[in-house]
Amino acid sequence: MDFLNALILLLNYIFVPALAYGSQLAIGAIFVTLIYGILRFANFATGDMMSFGTMVAILFTWYFQSIGLSLGFLPTALLAIPFAILFMGLYMLVIDKFVFKYYRLNKSPPVQLAMVSIGVMFVTQAVVRIIIGPSDRRFFDGEKFLIRANDFKEMTGLNEGLAIKSTQVITIIVTIILVSTLFWFLNKTKTGKSMRAYSDNEDLALLSGIDPKKIVMITWMIAAILATIGGVLYGLDKSFKPFTYFNNMLPIFAAAIVGGIGNPFGAFLGGYVIAFSEILLTYAYKKFFMYLLPENMEPNGLIQLLSTDYKFAVSFSILVIVLLYRPSGIFKGKIL
Amino acid sequence: MRKNLNVIAAYSIMMGLIVLVGIFQSWNIALSIFNLCLISAVMTMGANIQWGYAGLINFGIMGFTALGGLAAVLISVNPVQEAWSAGGTNILLSLFLIIGIVLAVRFVLKKYQKSKIRNYVIGAIIISGIIIIRFVSEPGIEAIEEVNPARTGFLGGLGLPIIFSWIVGAFFAGGLAFVIGKVALGLRADYLAIATLLISEIVIAIIKHEDWLTRGVKNVIGLKRPAPYEVNLQETEWFINLVEKFNSGKLALISDLSERQAALNQFVIEGSSVFVKLCYSGLFLVVVIILLILTQKALYSPWGRMMRAIRDNEEAANAMGKNVVKQHLLIFVLGSAIVGIAGAMLVTQDGLFTPGSYRPLRYTFLIWVMVIVGGSGNNFGAILGGFVVWFLWIEAAPIGLYLVNLTTAGLEDTHFLKVHLIESVPYFRFLMMGIGLLLIMRYRPKGILPEKIEIK
Repeated sequence: MDFLNALILLLNYIFVPALAYGSQLAIGAIFVTLIYGILRFANFATGDMMSFGTMVAILFTWYFQSIGLSLGFLPTALLAIPFAILFMGLYMLVIDKFVFKYYRLNKSPPVQLAMVSIGVMFVTQAVVRIIIGPSDRRFFDGEKFLIRANDFKEMTGLNEGLAIKSTQVITIIVTIILVSTLFWFLNKTKTGKSMRAYSDNEDLALLSGIDPKKIVMITWMIAAILATIGGVLYGLDKSFKPFTYFNNMLPIFAAAIVGGIGNPFGAFLGGYVIAFSEILLTYAYKKFFMYLLPENMEPNGLIQLLSTDYKFAVSFSILVIVLLYRPSGIFKGKIL
Repeated sequence: MRKNLNVIAAYSIMMGLIVLVGIFQSWNIALSIFNLCLISAVMTMGANIQWGYAGLINFGIMGFTALGGLAAVLISVNPVQEAWSAGGTNILLSLFLIIGIVLAVRFVLKKYQKSKIRNYVIGAIIISGIIIIRFVSEPGIEAIEEVNPARTGFLGGLGLPIIFSWIVGAFFAGGLAFVIGKVALGLRADYLAIATLLISEIVIAIIKHEDWLTRGVKNVIGLKRPAPYEVNLQETEWFINLVEKFNSGKLALISDLSERQAALNQFVIEGSSVFVKLCYSGLFLVVVIILLILTQKALYSPWGRMMRAIRDNEEAANAMGKNVVKQHLLIFVLGSAIVGIAGAMLVTQDGLFTPGSYRPLRYTFLIWVMVIVGGSGNNFGAILGGFVVWFLWIEAAPIGLYLVNLTTAGLEDTHFLKVHLIESVPYFRFLMMGIGLLLIMRYRPKGILPEKIEIK
C-alpha cells in the first residue's frame, strides 16, 4: 500500500506535470529547430512569436465567448487555434518578406540573421504589449479536472490523490497528434522530403529542382502552427503573460540544443529531458521517503537536491554539460 | 579634421539633445540620462571589444553587469559581525572545500589519461563534494540569514570605499569570463550566444537566491557614495553661497525677504541633486575617457591588428602562428571585465543593489542594440550608440505620448482606443528599439559611425 502511495505521489507531482510541461517545451523546441535547420539562424524571437500567436487566440476566445460559442467541457481556446494560426502565418510571412528575406537572399552569416531576429523580438514584444497589455491573463474555460484528487482517493482508497487537469491531457494529446503528423509530413510526403533535402544541402536541393521559395513559405507556415499551438497549450495550462513567454525561450533553446539542433526528433525528446530534469531535481522527496522507509528512518530534511528557485538553472546547466561533451546534442544535429 | 567631421557632428547633436532635455524638461532628468548614457557607453565598449574587435558574441552581458553590482555590495557594505560569528566559519570552510574540489579535479585531469574511469572519478568527486558542502554550509547559511533578517541577514562586505568596487567588479566579471571562455569559446558563434545567455541567467539565479551573500530579492539599500549627500550639501555654507551666486539674477527680482529666502531654499534643494549628479558625471566621464584611450591605443596597436586579422579570417591568422584560442579568451575576459566595471558603476550611482531588476532585455539585448546601432568595431561609434539608444529608451515614452495624441487628435478623450493607446505608451520604446535596429541592420549595417581602419 505504501509503495502504491509513493508511486501515486510521484505520478501526481512529477510525472504528469513534467509530461505536460515537456510537451509544451518540445513543441517550442521543434519550432526553433525547424527555423534553424531550414532558414539557418537561431531565432531569438521564439518566445515572443509564441506569445503573439497566443494573444490572437485569446482575442478570438474572448470573441467566441461574447457570442456564446463554446465547446462544452473543452476550452473555447481550442476553437480559436485555427484562426490564430491563420493570423500567425500571415504575421510570419509579413516578417519574412520585410525582414528576413533580404538577408537570406544576400546569404548573410547566421549571426547577422540572429541579430535581426532580436529586432523582430523587440517589435513583436511591443505589438503584443500594446494590443493586450503586459498583465497575467487566464483564458481557460470548460471542465478543469479530468480526475480530482478527492475522487481518486475515494475510488482507490489510497492516502495520496492523483489530480489530472484537463489541460494536461489536452496538451499531451494535441502534442502527440501534432508531432506525429509533422514527422509523417517530413518523412513521407514529397514536400517534407524536399524540406529535409534543402536543410541537408541547399545547393544540391536547388540543383534537383526544389523551389526554395516554396520551402521557406511552408517552413514559416509549420512554424506558425507550432508556435501558436505551443503557446496556447502553455497558456491554457498555466497563464498568458508576455514576460513569461519571453523567458520560456531559454528552456526551449536548451531543449533544442540538448536534443541536437536541426533535428526535430532530438528537439522533441530534448523538451522532455529538460522538463523532467527540472522537476526531478527540484522536487522535495521527503514525503516519498516517508512512505517507503520504515518509521524510525524518516528523513528530517526536505530531501530536495536543489531549491525550486534554481529550476531554470537546472536546464541551463544540463545544456552547458551537453555543449561541453557532445556539442552536436544527444542526437546528431543538423539533419532534418 | 575633415575625416572626423561626422564623429564631431554626431556627438554635438547628441549633446545638443541632452541640453534640450535640460532646458525643456529639467536639468535633473538631463543629467540622470547623461549619467546612464555614460554607464551604457562603458558597457558598449566592453561588448564592442568582444564583437567589434574579435567577432565573439557575448549575450551574457547581464550576468557580468550583475557581478559588478555584487562587487559594489561586497566591497562597500560594512561587515555584519554577528553574521560572521554565527556562520562565518561554515562559509569559509565551504569555500576551502570548493577550492579543494577544483584542485582535486585538476589533479585528476592532469595525472591520468583520458578514459571512462577518469570521467566517473571526476563525477564522483564533484557530487560527493557538493553533498559535503551542503552539509557544511546549510547550518551556517541558516544562522546567517537569521541574524536580524529585516535589516541584514547576510555577511555584509568589507566596508571599503565603493570606488574600489569598480576595479573589483572588473576582476569578478573577468574571472567569470575566464571560466565561461574556457568552457564555451570553442563553440560556433550562435551556440556561444545561446550558451552565454543561459549562463548569465544562472548567475542571476544564484545572486537572487543566495541570501546569505547578497540578501537576494530583499535588496541591499543605502550603499555608500563617492559623492556628497544632498542633505549635507543643503546645510553647507559654500554650497548655499554658490547657488545664490548662480541664481542671483532670478533672486534679485524677488523683493520680499522671506519669499526670497524660500526661493533660495528651493534653488538649493534642486541645486544639491544636480550637484550630486554632476559629481557622478565627472567620475564616470573619467572612466569613459580612460577606457576610450586604452581601447583606441589597443585598436591601433599590433595586437589590435592581430585581433582584426583573427576576426576576419581565423584560419589564416592561425596559419600565421597566432594562437587564436588564447587571444579569444583574452579578449573575452577583457571585454567582460569592462562590463563588470559598468555594473559596479551602475550600482554606485543607484546606491542600491536589486538582483530582481536584472533582466536580459534591458541588460543584454539593449546593449547589443547600442553596439549595432552605434557601429561595431568603432569605439566612438559604440559610445555614441550607448548615448543615442539610452536617450531614445528614456525619451520614447514622451515621444510616444506625443505621437498618440497627434494621431488620435480626432477622437474624444474617453474613446477606448485612445485610452488604451495612452496606457500602453511605455511599450513604444520596445517598438522604437526594434524598428531602429531593423532599419540600421538593413540600410546601414555598419552602424551610424562605421568602423574604418586607417593604416598609420
